[in-house]
Amino acid sequence: MDFIVDIITKYSLVRMVISFSLIIAIVMLNAIVMGYLERKICAKIQRRWGPMEVGVQGWMQMFLDGVKLLAKQLIVPNETNSFLFRIAPLLCFTPVAMAFAVIPFSESLYAIDLNIGLIYLLAMGSLNVFAILIAGWSSNNKYSLFGALRSVAQNVAYEIPILLSLLSIVLVTTSFNFKEIVEYQSGLLSFWMCQPVAFIIFLIAGCAETNRVPFDLPEAESELTAGYFTEYGGFSFGLFAISEYGNLFIMSSIATIMFLGGWNGPFGLDFYSGPILGAFWFLLKVFILMLIMIWVRWTYPRVRFDQLMNLSWKYLIPFSLVNLLITAVIVKII
Amino acid sequence: MGTLTTKFSTIQDPEEKHRFLLNMGPQHPCTHGVLRIVLEMDGEHAMGIDPILGYGHRMHEKMAECRPWSGFYPNTGRIDYGGAIAYNHGYCALIEKMAGIEVPERAEYIRVITVELNRIASHFLGVGAYIIDLGAFTPILYMFDDREDILDALEDITGSRLTYCHHRVGGVSKDIDDLFIKRTRAIIKNIRSRFDMYDRLVTGNIIFQKRTKDVGIIPLEMARRYGATGPVLRGSGLGFDIRKNEPYSVYPEFDFDIPTGENGDAFDRYMVRMLELEQSLRIIEQALDKLPDGPVMAKVKRIKLQPGDCSFSVEAARGVLTYYLVGDGSNVPYKLKIRVPSYSNLSLLEELCKGELLADLVSTMGSLDLIIPEIDR
Repeated sequence: MDFIVDIITKYSLVRMVISFSLIIAIVMLNAIVMGYLERKICAKIQRRWGPMEVGVQGWMQMFLDGVKLLAKQLIVPNETNSFLFRIAPLLCFTPVAMAFAVIPFSESLYAIDLNIGLIYLLAMGSLNVFAILIAGWSSNNKYSLFGALRSVAQNVAYEIPILLSLLSIVLVTTSFNFKEIVEYQSGLLSFWMCQPVAFIIFLIAGCAETNRVPFDLPEAESELTAGYFTEYGGFSFGLFAISEYGNLFIMSSIATIMFLGGWNGPFGLDFYSGPILGAFWFLLKVFILMLIMIWVRWTYPRVRFDQLMNLSWKYLIPFSLVNLLITAVIVKII
Repeated sequence: MGTLTTKFSTIQDPEEKHRFLLNMGPQHPCTHGVLRIVLEMDGEHAMGIDPILGYGHRMHEKMAECRPWSGFYPNTGRIDYGGAIAYNHGYCALIEKMAGIEVPERAEYIRVITVELNRIASHFLGVGAYIIDLGAFTPILYMFDDREDILDALEDITGSRLTYCHHRVGGVSKDIDDLFIKRTRAIIKNIRSRFDMYDRLVTGNIIFQKRTKDVGIIPLEMARRYGATGPVLRGSGLGFDIRKNEPYSVYPEFDFDIPTGENGDAFDRYMVRMLELEQSLRIIEQALDKLPDGPVMAKVKRIKLQPGDCSFSVEAARGVLTYYLVGDGSNVPYKLKIRVPSYSNLSLLEELCKGELLADLVSTMGSLDLIIPEIDR
């Protein structure tokens, strides 16, 4: 046992390979769990049963769907840029997997401890938009192009309130490192209590950044059939779905780390933490946030495009700027 | 891209070179069936709209000229699959008017009950599909749950769930029993108990209101110009309803209101449909209370259509339905013209949505509650 631990700590390559395999597994597993939960919860909301056939309560349904998607042929439409069309799903998936590298599940459960973890994570999160643009453009389909254009405008508009609301936390903690931010919240204090405006702005903007209802304009199915992935089938469609859930997880974990105290137990109770219990608290908070997003998705209609833009430029950005200003003044005084 | 042969197929103006054609349908989620719309887009704005019909054409009017009037009767249930019983009713009443047949009172009551039940089912279908167009998937499943109960009850007395052939010239084919009455009262109670939930889930929802208010405003003058009827006209503020204005059957015996809107926007049309549910429930309740005893079928001899013409209008779920029949002395109609509400309502679309956003086009079209097979008779 010591021998294995020795190897992992000594040789960074071994650590890298292990982390990488684990990250891919977590991303896939997250998509499967979330896909299953989404189908079951939306079924409960809509007085249906959801998947019931495969396994107890249909728990194996998502695995079978994955197998089905893998077995399907990838159809490339005529007159498309075949290279870009094929590479777009990978471009969508890779940043998501890379972003998982810096997420600290607990005090010692992380792949890399970057001192600019927050910046890295947000950068990876915003790479997503390139993949959507490439997918929409290379599909040679007007609906896909509409979806891609909407997505770019939406991501540009909503990145700003996300950054501004997180910046007000960084002003307090004076660190971009996730570990230090979480340790700052180890007592009774979590940032959702003293930065409620930033928390709400982040949740709304995060919902828009991950293209979820009520902000799912890039894939608005009743207007644009399926938006930017209209022409995709088989596992290239699957990769888009997996990265969508991956992005959801990333947004929720940023919210958990920045506002909900990460792996700390609730109410600053020290004896509830530790490597394993810490991961439990972390995942619990992340999943609660994701379930709230599912709940919202199956309740609300979709907003119109100009309303979406108005919400960001007229309300979220000014409010987050004011919040940042107030935070800066208070930090300076204290 | 293939060539689209529409009136926009040549965009000549050099200043409009950046415009492009977008083909919506016939298989597009928001066109509900087989309507095809060719849009000339300027970015996200639809500058030109050209609805193209004919993908579901079945020649109902020609079929009517080729067979005895009784042989055409089952077709009437297949024109508007949303609210088919009103179409049965109109056709039977037309033949009765031509042949001068008195219908027993109990049969008239049963007709009203089935038509109103069917109207509720149709409004649930239309409103639910409209909310899906706006991106919320949940409300339609609750509405379809209520609609399912209605269809089950209707199945018991008519034998079918969608394309009914229940009414007969001279009455109805099957009497209703105590079980049906008990069941219908339970359905009414159940539907009423959900109104509060719809208010909170849909009507009061801020996003829903933002998507529908001030969208697709139809001034009353414009609605008249195009001959719009039904909830579309009533949403614009005119309380015109054949059941009140040109009473037929036993409608004068019931106490009910005609809900109207104020602004003529999509929200008003939605509200008119939701308020009409309550009025239909009231009519059904009164009809069940007053239901007289007696036969449900008059004695009908062999009917020859007299030379001359005759028309009959009823209020279908989507507006005024008129049958106009010309007879030549045989039992085959010389000509049958069917005036359907959705055709006039669709013709509003072009003027209504010129220069609007694509999302508003979807919202407006959904609020017109079009049934495409009805337009493509």
